[in-house]
Amino acid sequence: MLRPSSSLLRRGHGPLWRNPTVRALIVQFVLFVALAVFIGFLVHNTLANLDARGIKTGFDFLDRRAGFSIPQTLIDYTSNSSYGRTFVIGLLNTLLVSAMGIVLATLLGFLIGIARLSPNWLLARLATVYVETFRNIPLLVQILFWYYAVLRALPSPRQSLSLFDAFFFNVRGVVMPDPQPLPGFTATMWALLFAVIATVAFAVWAKRRQSRTGQALPVYWIGAGVIVGVPLAAFLLTGAPLEWTIPEMAGFNFRGGVNILPELVALWLALSIYTASFIAEIVRSGILSVSQGQTEAARSLSLPGAITLRKIVIPQAMRVIVPQMTSQYLNLIKNSSLATAIGYPDIVAVFAGTTLNQTGQAIEIIAMTMAVYLVISLTVSFLMNLYNARTLMKER
Amino acid sequence: MNDQSAYRTDMIAARQAPDQRRGVVGWLRANLFNGPVNSVVSVVVIGFLAWCLWPFLKWTLFDADFLGSTRADCTGDGACWVFISARFESIVYGFYPEAARWRVDIVFAMMAILVAWLAIPRLPYKRWVGLFALVGFPVVAWILLSGGYFGLESVPTRAWGGLMLTLVIATVGIVGSLPLGVLLALGRRSKMPFVKAVSVIFIEFWRGVPLITVLFMASVMLPLFVPGNVEFDKLLRALIGIMFFWSAYMAEVIRGGLQAIGRGQNEAGQALGLGYWQRTGLIILPQALKLVIPGIVNTFIALFKDTSLVLIIGLFDLLAIIRAGLTDANWLGFSTEGYVFAALMFWVFCFAMSRYSQYIERRLNTSYRT
Repeated sequence: MLRPSSSLLRRGHGPLWRNPTVRALIVQFVLFVALAVFIGFLVHNTLANLDARGIKTGFDFLDRRAGFSIPQTLIDYTSNSSYGRTFVIGLLNTLLVSAMGIVLATLLGFLIGIARLSPNWLLARLATVYVETFRNIPLLVQILFWYYAVLRALPSPRQSLSLFDAFFFNVRGVVMPDPQPLPGFTATMWALLFAVIATVAFAVWAKRRQSRTGQALPVYWIGAGVIVGVPLAAFLLTGAPLEWTIPEMAGFNFRGGVNILPELVALWLALSIYTASFIAEIVRSGILSVSQGQTEAARSLSLPGAITLRKIVIPQAMRVIVPQMTSQYLNLIKNSSLATAIGYPDIVAVFAGTTLNQTGQAIEIIAMTMAVYLVISLTVSFLMNLYNARTLMKER
Repeated sequence: MNDQSAYRTDMIAARQAPDQRRGVVGWLRANLFNGPVNSVVSVVVIGFLAWCLWPFLKWTLFDADFLGSTRADCTGDGACWVFISARFESIVYGFYPEAARWRVDIVFAMMAILVAWLAIPRLPYKRWVGLFALVGFPVVAWILLSGGYFGLESVPTRAWGGLMLTLVIATVGIVGSLPLGVLLALGRRSKMPFVKAVSVIFIEFWRGVPLITVLFMASVMLPLFVPGNVEFDKLLRALIGIMFFWSAYMAEVIRGGLQAIGRGQNEAGQALGLGYWQRTGLIILPQALKLVIPGIVNTFIALFKDTSLVLIIGLFDLLAIIRAGLTDANWLGFSTEGYVFAALMFWVFCFAMSRYSQYIERRLNTSYRT
């Protein structure tokens, strides 16, 4: 036998191209060259095309005046603002509808997922019908349905449907009372902050105390009491410094109050209802994944039902639920880009739509828009991996 | 005989008959009214159904109009399905020239037969039919739909539309993304670092962005990528975007299947002296793909639903055609009917696919237990 050789070329017998290491190198080299040539070809064409159309590449356009108005802006914006500002406005609107959608979809999804497991036949069937219906209809159809068939069919502002004479529903959206903080209101906010910190500290202390002495404290009730009670006390002590402007009919439209765009409402409802049907399935499978033996063991230790659910079933179900739920949240954020179909000013509609049409900087704008979603996705997956590593079942 | 006899001499007092466990009443008692909480829930649900289901049925069926051809035929209080029936041809064929619609019909029929053949487990020659569906059928369908050969009149893709376009996009997306997904999944598990890196970047990129931005990219950026004088068909651009996008999702599903196959399978193949492609094609993939059929079908469902997004870049699929009909001055104000019908069409396809996936899952469960 030959001495073990360090040279990869001399290892083994037969022709060189039969050597796996050499083959792998060749394959990778060929792939590399092919990709480089292909990308070079694309870049070359793109530059030639841009040149022929007289488009200058670069991000200078971000500082130029936008010159169009946006119906919903969370921060200051006028048509004199820059294109860079339209990017921020669009991004904030995307985040707003995503956050609203995530909250409602989670609530609805948990309710329906649990309802599917209900011993009540009717309720379980109703939940099944919900899931099977909304999961199998494209989100875009649902968005268009809510927008054109429901919200656009509402009456004009003069004939608004009203709820308690404070909320009004009409074709221009929802008008609702607007809270106006008066000077002393900051005290309440500080009290709220203090209450949250105090509750967290208390929860940590209570947990340590429990692991030391075995005695549990009603952390949930005390925490809820503190978080509601302390700011409420501060609010009342400072003389309730909050004023609600109630919308009133003046001429053809409402004066006062906040007007929520119908586009936002339609998108929010559609996203929540659609995603909830997936979350419901995740919740159901998560609960079912906890083996029956766990509940039976808890019962044989004579733990009460509520404790069994909270301390045994839910923590184990969460291990299955959370990763899938996160990917649904990511889907919801990505799906919020369908806003452009009904004109809700999210990042795709404002930036990849209007701004792109006005400036023609297709490559920069599409790249920036995609980068936003990529950053969100990759960040969330990274956090998810951390969570998974932490909650991984410790097997012995 | 004394009083302490081992048996009792008096009759047991009559008791109430036990709760009925059978029949309608028994069923109701067991499933809807066992306990106070359940009874309240049942009453609330029944109330809810009466409140929303009955008006819905009244609107869609009892008070609705089905017959007629113009707006004047909408006389009832409910839905006017005349809107749909009057435009049914365009909903199915889009702007496809009337004289050539038989070609679309043939493609529809071929597709139905192929899908049925592949979906029904009992039918033989799966491999050959599958090969034809993947290779032969697209060519035949392309020749028939687009024309220009064998004396068939040429029909440009901008005249394609309606259900036909939806099915074309879905089919091309499915047929294209599956092999690409297999390659990407294999690439991601490759031991060659460059191949692996390229696959990971490709997959994570497409999975990280929404389909809308992909379609925008396909419609505004792809024309920049080709030499200026080449004309790039709009439908083709959308199809490329959709194929790449879904191949990434498909790759992740298939990777799940590859991971579930034990290492011993690969090693046994190596011991027999099989090469990489022989091991992959003959041993690993047949098992891995079979395992993830439900996941693949679920991806197909998502793909099918998302074909509706092409309306945003101006292609007239099923949804866009219905939407276009809503702007017809003769038919204003029928958006509810239009969208409910669109929802129903998509629902039928997706629900059928999801049922099939569940059926396959049950079927495979019996043959493959870990």
